[in-house]
Amino acid sequence: MSDLTRLTAAEAAERIASGEVSAAEITGAHLDRIDAVDKKVHAFLHLDREGALAAARAVDSARARGERLGPLAGVPLALKDIFTTRDMPTTVGSKILEGWVPPYDATVTRRLKEADVVILGKTNMDEFAMGSSTENSAYGPTGNPWDLTRVPGGSGGGSSASLAAYEAPLAIGTDTGGSVRQPAAVTGTVGVKPTYGAVSRYGMVAFSSSLDQAGPCARTVLDTALLHSVLAGHDEMDSTSIDQPVPDVVGAARHGDVRGLRVGVVREFRGEGYQAGVMQRFDESVELLRELGAEVVEVSCPSFTKALAAYYLIAPSECSSNLARFDALRYGMRIGDDGTRSAEEVTSLTREAGFGDEVKRRVMLGTYALSSGYYDAYYGSAQKVRTLITRDFQRAFEAVDVLVSPTTPTTAFPIGERADDPMAMYLADLCTIPSNLAGNAAMSLPCGLAPEDGLPVGLQIIAPAMADDRLYRVGAAVETALQARWGHPLIEEAPSL
Amino acid sequence: MPGITREEVAHLARLARLDLNAEELEHFAGQLDDIIGAVAAVSDVADEDVPPTSHPLPLTNVMRPDEVRPSLTPEQALSGAPAQEQQRFKVPQILGEE
Repeated sequence: MSDLTRLTAAEAAERIASGEVSAAEITGAHLDRIDAVDKKVHAFLHLDREGALAAARAVDSARARGERLGPLAGVPLALKDIFTTRDMPTTVGSKILEGWVPPYDATVTRRLKEADVVILGKTNMDEFAMGSSTENSAYGPTGNPWDLTRVPGGSGGGSSASLAAYEAPLAIGTDTGGSVRQPAAVTGTVGVKPTYGAVSRYGMVAFSSSLDQAGPCARTVLDTALLHSVLAGHDEMDSTSIDQPVPDVVGAARHGDVRGLRVGVVREFRGEGYQAGVMQRFDESVELLRELGAEVVEVSCPSFTKALAAYYLIAPSECSSNLARFDALRYGMRIGDDGTRSAEEVTSLTREAGFGDEVKRRVMLGTYALSSGYYDAYYGSAQKVRTLITRDFQRAFEAVDVLVSPTTPTTAFPIGERADDPMAMYLADLCTIPSNLAGNAAMSLPCGLAPEDGLPVGLQIIAPAMADDRLYRVGAAVETALQARWGHPLIEEAPSL
Repeated sequence: MPGITREEVAHLARLARLDLNAEELEHFAGQLDDIIGAVAAVSDVADEDVPPTSHPLPLTNVMRPDEVRPSLTPEQALSGAPAQEQQRFKVPQILGEE
């Protein structure tokens, strides 16, 4: 393996800026790595070799002209295939958009290009970001680089797998119920769901608009922070974008410190369904926080026990409305237009052929929950639970600065194990969903390998809305202490593929 | 709360514009019944005096200035269209014969 793919994003950017290595060499090394391993991993749906090399050479020319480079200039990145890209297809993991090349860039895409980040290609995902394993992709599953017979999590399994396989040092995910954090946890990488509204949703294909939030993914806390600061900021193209300064996440990541910090352990996040090795590593992390000078207390958030139920009413309800735009009239697939069928018939035939099972289930579930007669009992009650969960967080954050929990109840499960058992699949997001419902910020970072299966375990840190910098301050402190204990980053224990 | 029947799933599929086949109706009816059984736990709070939350941010009517600015050309807007004619989206018939 080329050493250049082992660099962190911060190291790569520094070497490019100093002229020690060119951006084109770094990009070439990652493309070679993708050629060598992606047949096995299947992290990417689309590669843009020419575009990536051209972007890298432009950075090298800018440097040669003496221009000042941005903090991630020339660093390669894997982009989840949910963001529109005017020079690459955007499929959202669905047949219904196969081959679609959007006429515009998402704000996330535009910001990455403006920061001179090199976009290598688009990564695999559960169709329309609905899933926790990437098995719901219409283009086949992605393997977990730690064990290719297991899932890399989802929906952003392609992005996280690309990091763990050293195919890219940076990636972008989107998190509606855990789709950044859960894949990060089960691949031994870092992922952040910023505060809702921190990163623009313009050009990000909508699943559940009141929950969807794009976020940065990387192998280290600092790299994640550097990418966070490129993505975040107000955008007038998204009416739910927050018009406030972005917290200093990079500064926080450079100065990890938990001394005097009040850390809350959520009592409801343990018990039945939690793997013993996951809880062991989590409890050790809590002990570590105490050793590092944090004041640890237990907090109770009783409404969290209803979060999963509320989520599986709210998210399907919003998705049933959002996916109505796939009507076979303006873009995407069209099936059965033989001149005799009506528009409605063509729409129904197209959606039947273009959507996979999980998307169909959720669209019907949402249609049910919003239908008259059931609306109050289901959707209305779910919205009340959302209020109660938000209040639980508010009460907890009066007593503590951050909350911690395992990111997922179990380590990566085998491909196929939960594929046709929706309720079992949904449990993977048990600990991540409350933050989406409340709109606050949360991170997952690796905290060890579960003794029983040798697979990565994620530690989740949750901070109040617009206090995203706390995630990085705590995450950096934990990362430094754990790596000192292990003698190396956890990811180095992954098999070489 | 009641379970969901195969007939109800067929009705939902029609509303959601999904031309499901018989096998899918059977398969989804069982799964949706399980899911609805599990999510019905939220109805415990149905009678509680709690305001609903539809969105994490308390925003209403966010506007940007109504200014003319560059946008997609007709060619760009139509670039993904399954069928087009005279710079317009060409769609199957919308009205019946009668």
